[in-house]
Amino acid sequence: MSVGLRQKLWSFGLIVVFFVGWQLFCAMSGVSDLVLPRPTEIIATLIARFPILWPHILQTLGTTMAGFVLGVGLGVVLGAVIGVSKVAYDTAYPLLVGFSSIPKVAVVPIFVLWFGSGSVPAILTALSICFFPIVVNIATGLATTEPELEDVLKALGASKMDILWNVGLPRTMPFFFASLKVAVSYAFVGAVLAETVASNRGIGNVMMSASSNFNVPLVFACLFILAILGVALYVIFSLIEARVTGWATRKNDLVAT
Amino acid sequence: MGAAGAQRRPTAIELSATSVTFGRGPTATPALAETNLSIPDGEFLALVGPSGCGKSTILKLVSNLLRPTTGVVIVGGREVAAKALRIGMAFQNPTMLPWLTIERNIMLPLKIVEPFRSEYRQKRTGEFRDKAHALLAQVGLKDFGNKYPWQLSGGMLQRANLCRALIHEPRMLLLDEPFGALDQFTKEELWSILQSLWLQHKPTVLLVTHDLREAGFLASRICVMSARPGRILDDRPVDFPRPRTIPMTFEPDFVALNQRLRELIVNARSSAPEAQEA
Repeated sequence: MSVGLRQKLWSFGLIVVFFVGWQLFCAMSGVSDLVLPRPTEIIATLIARFPILWPHILQTLGTTMAGFVLGVGLGVVLGAVIGVSKVAYDTAYPLLVGFSSIPKVAVVPIFVLWFGSGSVPAILTALSICFFPIVVNIATGLATTEPELEDVLKALGASKMDILWNVGLPRTMPFFFASLKVAVSYAFVGAVLAETVASNRGIGNVMMSASSNFNVPLVFACLFILAILGVALYVIFSLIEARVTGWATRKNDLVAT
Repeated sequence: MGAAGAQRRPTAIELSATSVTFGRGPTATPALAETNLSIPDGEFLALVGPSGCGKSTILKLVSNLLRPTTGVVIVGGREVAAKALRIGMAFQNPTMLPWLTIERNIMLPLKIVEPFRSEYRQKRTGEFRDKAHALLAQVGLKDFGNKYPWQLSGGMLQRANLCRALIHEPRMLLLDEPFGALDQFTKEELWSILQSLWLQHKPTVLLVTHDLREAGFLASRICVMSARPGRILDDRPVDFPRPRTIPMTFEPDFVALNQRLRELIVNARSSAPEAQEA
């Protein structure tokens, strides 16, 4: 317990050091606000503009979560199919890797062409960028399930569905949550990316217009917001993970009674 | 409880002209030579023999984890097929599912096997759990039901493993070196527990083991197998009175049986071409 607390203090300390260093660097080097604004100024901007920024934050959060949820759904189904069947694993993997290798910036204009600008391309971009790690992790988790664990059920005459439900999926949960944490930040990147290219709402859009007006502190304020939201989502999923898959991450509390 | 009395009971497990070969063509490895084996209901049969002789292959055939290359395997009066049989099984590794508590692990067969399966939802916190706790108490794990597998030692896990093999009251118990990884004293304690469980319910037991004392202590019949490809070399009843005790395993009759079995296995090893690497 005290180890965990100390770790938290250290990482908090590191954050403080980072921002103090940044502030000192700006003050001493006399670098222009147009190049690198001071953290205090960014925070002041953030607070002053917050009422205007709030709807954009909600917009970005909304598209991110929509894309994320759809991406998780698609990813779980695809991952389960690929993980259960060796044939599907071998056949579908090259295609999947191909899709995931396409830079998503290149895809946004296509989505805009199909669906017009606005929320839909942002959701689709978030989806397309975040489903891949989920597919890979679910598939790996299922494909690497120890045959001995499956034999326990097979010897009882369990069906394939029984085995998937009682062994495959629970065994895959740690993989699944690891990928969720990655996927949720990917979804963020996707949504903001689409907003910067083609939307008139959302944090990404605010950043674009701020930078074309040389309002650099506002650009940085938006980056702060994205970072904070990203960390918040990550923490939420870590907490859920700890509850669901605690069995896989035991460490200090190992007591052989 | 001799072989003569055993003949009159119905047959629980029957292998007729069963053989297993892994792979095909020039790389094919025969694992089990044509084997005939008949096990009457309620018998405790131990299979002993050199490493890699196909003892575990026989278990896998009976539990339908493996299909015979030739011949048939009849279990409980019908050919082994995909359909569920009330079989309890314990391997050398306890293979508890790490995300379930011990009691949930033990209740796993109830979740899969009919008639318990359809009642699992209603009874898992009532009757079924009591049943799991009763078994746990019998093997000396009274208060460990809600611990996770990693919180238990190897010997405790193996006890729990035994409970899982027994909870659905199987008429047939397949044990693949279940005590192989345990220290001598834990082993002996578990032998006695297993013996009393067997005396209570009299299931048919097929035990694969390397430990000749274990075979002599537990079994009512011992089959010795040859080196790979395995076949049955020797088949003998064990008539020591029950319940057997650990001191009995040091008496002359028992030691003589052990020595005889040992000779058979040593001969089987040296007559095999690959015996050196085993």
